[in-house]
Amino acid sequence: MFRYILRRLLQMVLAFLGTTLIVYALMFAGQGDPIQALAGERPVTEAQRAYLTEKYHLDATGIGGFFYRYFDYVRSLLQGDLGQSLTGRQIGDILQQAWPVTVKLALIALAVAVIFGVTAGVIAGIRRAGIFDNSTLVLTLLVLGIPTIVLAPLAQYFLGVKWQLFPPTAGAEPNFYALLLPGIVLGSLSLATALRLTRTSVAENLRADYVRTARSKGLVKRRIVSVHVLRNSLIPVVTFLGVELGNLMSGAIITEGVFNIPGVGFNLFRGIRTEDGPLVVGIVSVLVVVYLVSNLLVDVLYAVLDPRIRYE
Amino acid sequence: MSDFETVAASENQAARRGPSGEPGTPNQVGQQKVRSLAGDAWRDLRRNPIFWLSLLLVTIISLMAIVPGLFTPNDPQDCLLSRQNAGPSGSAIFGYDFQGCDTFSRAVYGSRASLLVGALSALLTGVIALVIGLLSGYFGRWVDAVLSRLIDIVLGIPLLLAAIVLLKRVGSDNSNARIFAVVFVLAILGWTTAARVVRSSVITAKEQDYVAAARMLGAGHGRIMLRHILPNSLAPAIVVLTIALGSFIAAEATLSFLGIGLKAPTISWGQDIDTGRIHMRESATPLLVPSTFLALTVLAFIMLGDAIRDAFDPKLR
Repeated sequence: MFRYILRRLLQMVLAFLGTTLIVYALMFAGQGDPIQALAGERPVTEAQRAYLTEKYHLDATGIGGFFYRYFDYVRSLLQGDLGQSLTGRQIGDILQQAWPVTVKLALIALAVAVIFGVTAGVIAGIRRAGIFDNSTLVLTLLVLGIPTIVLAPLAQYFLGVKWQLFPPTAGAEPNFYALLLPGIVLGSLSLATALRLTRTSVAENLRADYVRTARSKGLVKRRIVSVHVLRNSLIPVVTFLGVELGNLMSGAIITEGVFNIPGVGFNLFRGIRTEDGPLVVGIVSVLVVVYLVSNLLVDVLYAVLDPRIRYE
Repeated sequence: MSDFETVAASENQAARRGPSGEPGTPNQVGQQKVRSLAGDAWRDLRRNPIFWLSLLLVTIISLMAIVPGLFTPNDPQDCLLSRQNAGPSGSAIFGYDFQGCDTFSRAVYGSRASLLVGALSALLTGVIALVIGLLSGYFGRWVDAVLSRLIDIVLGIPLLLAAIVLLKRVGSDNSNARIFAVVFVLAILGWTTAARVVRSSVITAKEQDYVAAARMLGAGHGRIMLRHILPNSLAPAIVVLTIALGSFIAAEATLSFLGIGLKAPTISWGQDIDTGRIHMRESATPLLVPSTFLALTVLAFIMLGDAIRDAFDPKLR
């Protein structure tokens, strides 16, 4: 187990270096004169040019210079210094304000997925091929097939603007009610997947030998399902939901943009719109790290939850 | 009696009844028709209403992309501010949008860019997946080890974030250049699933007797791969790519929605949804029409791929 975690950590470090290298190379390398790009249309004096060259080690050219600057970027990234956005704000400060909102939204989405997805999945799995099962299959197909850029504006229009059941947008300090509709939209995709996973795994486990044994011992069906089957069926679901939490935190760009929620995804959305290069790179780098770490945690969690899995 | 035997027994009965449904004569019992996997799948598909529905949708959308003039007489670029948000009329069945363009006509012409991007990305993805899957599955050993790790790494990259970073590098606003940039980005991020499918089917195919026979006859690696193994890995790859085509269309629309995919002179559903969303309080049809088109297209491809995959999956029988 310990060795597995160690190997997994090593893999993660490699993946981290690889992705940040790609991000860095794409955004900063080979973009003409970076000093002029920083200054825009204004002329740059010799003194300023010399200062910036010195500060960012722009005089070192070739592969060595590139890697020098790359490690500079990684070092400041690890120290939590993400630099400034084009508007002059510290990207670290922007993220610090945005995280709590994004985490809140992701937790609401996850709660929606667990409460509705797992419950409906268990019922559908028990009554396989019934009306409930078939209708949930069609519904989940619809949810999985409709892209978020359709789902989010439509939910906003119908539930927010037309029938006014929910506030159509969240403000600067969103409360729970304002986050509820975006949370449902964001969670609907995980809900559909969680439902399908639970359904398949419950239906599969109901046919297992230990269920037959339990039934022949004379246990009531309720106990068989809630104690024996659920415990085994929920392992893949828990793993999926773990991965999903990482995805939800990094993948809420569209939902946060549409519902005007001042989270991390919204800032990325705005950064793209206003062509704010440093802001986009800063946020993407952090999100990649979140994504990698959550994947690692889930892999370890998987091993803890399922004793049948043994890692070398 | 196990499930398998019941199925076999009912199949026998069906065969005995013969094609006309009459109770079979003795000589028909002996010659039970042997069906191939594809024939079996086709028999399943023919009876699947979802298959026909999605095929119909795909046909209509493809027709729209090829000859949009059949569906609407109006020019989507003919916009007059004087008819901003005008309601439905005889000349424009869904009215006009914020810029005074025909909403329906824009949605019809928008299918072209979407399908083009989807089809080209699926094609490019298919080529990459076939090459990598074939090499990795056929040669095994270190080639497989290296390529499988590559697949793992690419699979670990979040698609939307990577596409944002890659597409921000594309400075050109030329519409063809942007289409190819989007295709390229989607393909290099999206080939992994298909490559895994190809790899596993190559591994099964290379153990077959006919491959050993071909090798004994002196066929080289290239010939064995292209003539004997490739045809067997093609079917599963095509199924995966049909589903992928749907998600590529969704991804393109998402990128265009964010403003980094296709840009202005090209008509794309993603952009129209974005502008429709901003003006939804004034008039909702410019949002609803392209949204419906996009959702139906993506659904059609996903359902089509699902239906074909289920038909080819012997485990579901």
